[in-house]
Amino acid sequence: MLILQHNYLIMEKLKSIEKIRTHFSALEQSVNGKPLIYLDNAATAQKPYCVSELVNEMNTRINGNIHRAVHELSARSTELYEGARDAVKHFVNAREREEVIFTSGTTASINLLAYSLSSISLKKGDAVLISEAEHHSNIVPWQIVCDIHGAQLRVLPIDDNGLWRVDLLDRFLDSSVKIVSLAHISNVLGIINPIKEVITKAKLVGAITIIDGAQGVVHTKIDVQDLGCDFYVFSGHKLYAPTGTGVLVGRREVLEKMPPWMGGGDMVESVSFQKTTYAQIPLKFEAGTPNFIGASALGVAVKFIESLDAEVVENHEREIKDFVFDQLTKIDGVRIYGDNSINKIPLFSFTVDKAHPSDIAMIMDKMGVALRSGMMCCEPLMKRFQTESMLRASFAVYNTLDEAQLFISSLKRAINMLR
Amino acid sequence: MLIKEIEQQIVEEFSIFTDWMDKYEYLIELGKSLPLIKDSDKQESNLIKGCQSRVWLNAEFKEGYLFFTADSDAIITKGIISLLIRVFSGRTPQEILSSDVSFIEQIGLKENLSPTRANGLLSMIKQIKYFALLYSVKK
Repeated sequence: MLILQHNYLIMEKLKSIEKIRTHFSALEQSVNGKPLIYLDNAATAQKPYCVSELVNEMNTRINGNIHRAVHELSARSTELYEGARDAVKHFVNAREREEVIFTSGTTASINLLAYSLSSISLKKGDAVLISEAEHHSNIVPWQIVCDIHGAQLRVLPIDDNGLWRVDLLDRFLDSSVKIVSLAHISNVLGIINPIKEVITKAKLVGAITIIDGAQGVVHTKIDVQDLGCDFYVFSGHKLYAPTGTGVLVGRREVLEKMPPWMGGGDMVESVSFQKTTYAQIPLKFEAGTPNFIGASALGVAVKFIESLDAEVVENHEREIKDFVFDQLTKIDGVRIYGDNSINKIPLFSFTVDKAHPSDIAMIMDKMGVALRSGMMCCEPLMKRFQTESMLRASFAVYNTLDEAQLFISSLKRAINMLR
Repeated sequence: MLIKEIEQQIVEEFSIFTDWMDKYEYLIELGKSLPLIKDSDKQESNLIKGCQSRVWLNAEFKEGYLFFTADSDAIITKGIISLLIRVFSGRTPQEILSSDVSFIEQIGLKENLSPTRANGLLSMIKQIKYFALLYSVKK
């Protein structure tokens, strides 16, 4: 069958960044007359050929609604979708394939958990624990359900270097905390958080643990069994896969107790007006026709990532991170948020004295450099650092040291124009 | 001068720049001569908040004409605001309501008007039109 014999699925380990780069067509373009230097990967990543080709293949040929019909196209689409579930299971080392649920993204996954878990686990006087550095998608759903159930939202503070105040954890974590939901890596601070330590402590008080892995899944090797959390969620589009895809990995014991979030086709066992029974996991949480084309491509994306030489990637990311940190700190008036440490990924959010982030971003856009400016969907975190907005450069596996150098020189030029 | 004539003047001014950097340098310069909103007027009610930059806008209605003062924490936004004020300040509400801001696109700054909720500039233009509407029914 065409797709299963696709070269990309039996690739030799891709050992060079230059070679990896050739798989990403979007990087070849120019913007505003300059070669694109795409440094907004924390917002969304570019897609390799294997992903876009599968999407095209399915849109033009292998398209039939999954799980439903017995005809050929349905069977082949289903095979690709369920094959992707197996690929993701392998990628994150889930215990079983049924513990891998496809969603439309991290935000949808967290909302699913918030609504479903709170309906059985949260009552008046209970608490949910998040941190000061969370993305709005890991704040607002909890605010909503805490409001509904009369529960308290507790916020673990961070220090000025962006590290969790784990020394204060015992003050925040007691038996009234039923749910703990925290980011693996902050999309602003770029630090790998000590989630294992917190998960262990959370379990001791009987709390359900959720890890927002939107950034974490991209920059670390995930082993959900080793992490020990109840849930690990992430999006496909930051992981070189299409938008509108995502994963919720959950332990069976908890998933089986949870009521469905969305009801509809495919998540049912039998339906009558007197009584409806639900399907087993994972389908219980996959109502309606999913983005099966996107999810199938997510399966290919994770295989692509597994084909990259992990050591080469890790060394490369560290080299870029060290270079950028060194150069940024040498620019007068630059403040970086999220201290440089062994646990920092190549993601830099910073402000520049007397130069507004949006001005810098606009000028650098004209030089072909794509950065993010604004609040990064982390308004409370901005307030904590007493700034209205920041600038962020986030590097992916395909960004080169040359690009990092051009980023720095363009940044200096933009700052000179403004100061 | 009619609004259209001022807009045309602006488009001509910008047409001499071929390089983007020069356009932005010019905007940065223009921003320095923006009729600044009084500090005492920089209140919550005059703040147009976006994620990209903050914009303050104050309007005064005198003898049938609307006068605007403004400020922003982003310099390029200030430059564009100064162009808008050059076009819209000292005009009747009717004149403002019947004109568009196509000159911004013509000088190549369309992306500054991208319709995201983060866009303080776009919100400001809406606010100017809103003031015009409000005062068009007043005597």
